[in-house]
Amino acid sequence: MLYFSNLKIFSVLSVIIITLLFAVPNFFGKDQLETFPNFFPKQQVNLGLDLQGGSHLLLEVDTEEIIKERVENLNADVRRVLKKNNLNYSNFKVSNESLKFIVEGFNSEIQKEISELSMSNTQNILAMGDQTNLIITQEENTVQINFTEEFIKQSVSNAVAQSLEIVRRRIDELGTREPSIQRQGSSRIIIQLPGIDDPDRIKSLLGQTAKLTFQLVDTSVNFDPFNPSKAPIGSEILASDADEEFKYIVKKRIMVGGENLVDAQPGFDPQTNEPIVSFRFDRIGATKFGRVTQQNVGKPFAIVLDNKVISAPVIREAILGGSGQISGGFDSEEANDLAILLRAGALPAPLIILEERSVGPDLGADSIEAGQFAAIIGFIAVIIFMIFVYRYFGLLADIALIINLFMVLGVLSLFQATLTLPGIAGIILTIGMAVDANVLIFERVKEEIRNGSNMMNAVENGYKRALSTILDANITTLIAAIILFFMASGPVRGFSITLAIGIFTSVFTAFTFTRLLISFNAKRLKPNFVGLSKNA
Amino acid sequence: MLNISGTQINFLKVRVITFILSVILIFLSIGAFFVNGLNFGIDFKGGTLIEIETSQEIEISGLRDNLNTLELGDVQVQEFGSNKNLLIRVEQQLGGDQVQQDVVQIVKDSLGSYLSTDINFRRTEVVGPKVSGELIQSGAIAIFVAVFAMLVYIWFRFEWQFSLGAVLALVHDVILTIGVFCITQLEFNLPIIAAILTIVGYSMNDTVVVYDRVRENLRKYRSKEITDLLNLSINDTLSRTIVTSVTTLLALLSLFIFGGEVIKGFTFAMIWGVIVGTYSSIFVAAPLLRYLDVKREWNTTSAVDSTR
Repeated sequence: MLYFSNLKIFSVLSVIIITLLFAVPNFFGKDQLETFPNFFPKQQVNLGLDLQGGSHLLLEVDTEEIIKERVENLNADVRRVLKKNNLNYSNFKVSNESLKFIVEGFNSEIQKEISELSMSNTQNILAMGDQTNLIITQEENTVQINFTEEFIKQSVSNAVAQSLEIVRRRIDELGTREPSIQRQGSSRIIIQLPGIDDPDRIKSLLGQTAKLTFQLVDTSVNFDPFNPSKAPIGSEILASDADEEFKYIVKKRIMVGGENLVDAQPGFDPQTNEPIVSFRFDRIGATKFGRVTQQNVGKPFAIVLDNKVISAPVIREAILGGSGQISGGFDSEEANDLAILLRAGALPAPLIILEERSVGPDLGADSIEAGQFAAIIGFIAVIIFMIFVYRYFGLLADIALIINLFMVLGVLSLFQATLTLPGIAGIILTIGMAVDANVLIFERVKEEIRNGSNMMNAVENGYKRALSTILDANITTLIAAIILFFMASGPVRGFSITLAIGIFTSVFTAFTFTRLLISFNAKRLKPNFVGLSKNA
Repeated sequence: MLNISGTQINFLKVRVITFILSVILIFLSIGAFFVNGLNFGIDFKGGTLIEIETSQEIEISGLRDNLNTLELGDVQVQEFGSNKNLLIRVEQQLGGDQVQQDVVQIVKDSLGSYLSTDINFRRTEVVGPKVSGELIQSGAIAIFVAVFAMLVYIWFRFEWQFSLGAVLALVHDVILTIGVFCITQLEFNLPIIAAILTIVGYSMNDTVVVYDRVRENLRKYRSKEITDLLNLSINDTLSRTIVTSVTTLLALLSLFIFGGEVIKGFTFAMIWGVIVGTYSSIFVAAPLLRYLDVKREWNTTSAVDSTR
């Protein structure tokens, strides 16, 4: 076990040196690294949000809302078909996922008509080759219509993908530094925002679906805006965005929608100097907008965002150029945010914030400082203790420990793993546990000497005997680290990473590096080198 | 010079005492679990946590009274490391995930108007009911999976008797760790689950080293009385057990004292776990083998570490 071929010595040392090289960039500033030659690794350890400061948000797409919307559309489709065929229906029930009604004369013709209409209205969602998205069951005169499970899944999946894209656009518009936006599971989105410790603005930007519509104000009724009576059929009561108490009655029909916008920019009204958002429609939007404004000169036109009326200016003249402006008594930041929302587009469903974790830059820096200090003190304590117990061999183990620490850092940089506060704890724990492999070996060596072996044989056998114990013992800790890695997320996951890396590097250094050091000195070894007095 | 080698302590002689001690501690833990319960942090209970740093000392009780007038339910304020660092906890609000988000703003506004000093918001955490429910579930699953994985691994590497003994010792460690959190009422949060999993790994590591030696001695001394053999094995590995525990504790103590307030709970759990884990390897896991009727006839050629 003490013999090393030159090739083996070379490969062991190369592995160690290469890993150590990857640790080096962490001790230099970014500017200094620029001056390094090209072949030199420049990656530094990725600091987690808890160390560099930043904000973590976990969002969920409100999938119920999507299904509800789908069922509502289906509801309209079905009623249209029934009406068209002059069928009288009763007991019409709309539940969370299905429609149910009693009708006479429902036949396969009508069934087909409903299927086709629903298919054509949801084309963009269906996967290629799907024959239908509905399950229609009939029992005498009772008809029940459900969406297929596949369709529901596809709808949700589409909405989540679309939400992800819109979230990304909204955050990019804010110019955040290196945001990370990822999908998690079937309906969740994780957002990591380094350097942002007060995500209020982002939360409010993400908290709005930003569905913009232009609807005509219903002028056929007189009403008290603070206490409106029931809206006429085809109209609805909407609150003002600026004042919840102030209500409008607007026609339900959407004249133009936000999906036809191509641009929105914040600005100032040249006359009043009030912040505004100017917008531009695409060709279809411009045509629709032109026609509506032409036919309704003198009437108020409501600009509605997420079911709240931003303003309802009176149309003075036909607007044919396809552009316009919104003023709603907002300040310049609000105008800016509204422009961002309009440019990025509307979310297909509301987003719910499930979790927020924000750390200020001070706390992160304090944590790094405290972690480093604790590591150094713990390190010194372990080094002294090892020399105290194992003398010369202890010193060798200490050298291996130092190498080991830098190797952990090197591997972290190499794989660009994220270092978190619990991750630092993992490294410090590794300091304590990394010597274990060497302790097991040294104890074996001592035992062999006590049983009468000479020094060389004792070391030789010590390594041989300790091998399986070391493997068994470290595999158990590794199993725990792997389970932790898969079950945890965020900072705690960082702990499992450093713990696992530490296990690998400590076993590696004990079996190669320390052994190599001992083999270099093999001829000069004496029992007191391993902490045994001569007469023991 | 420290020399623990060559000891001949009769550990098995005190096994009745240590078993009784362990059983008492386990019952205390279970009792505390049902009487006190765990003091769940927001990771598992949901709610809002805000850590602030102020430029002047704050009178906590006044601030607490002020925050408790906000109608946010129970608001706790405590010192965190120093008297200028405060931790504010607001319990989970009724009404689902979306409502929780408003709490931060309400508390921030209130702090701004109540305190006349500069306030630095160091940390804000909001965990909604959905996520906290999932976290507690996945935490519990992780611990079960870990213990089960150890059971399988030891069974695979040794024999079922060893596997059973090791897992009983593990369950002992986990119960005692959860128990100490019930008794001290220290906050039980996500990093504590990580600590428990590491304790599972560490304690197993310790036990495996002793068991490895038991197996080796079983091959070596075929006719030795089992009690003597177990004693011998514990004594053989005692020095290593102590040295590794001491180095690990040195590193952890340094982290506990200097590592900052945020991971104090985590480090405390680890320190406790290392002590309990070391104790259980010597006084629980190894003596248990005496009752588990371990196999004496080992096939010496099949083992990896072919002992002479």
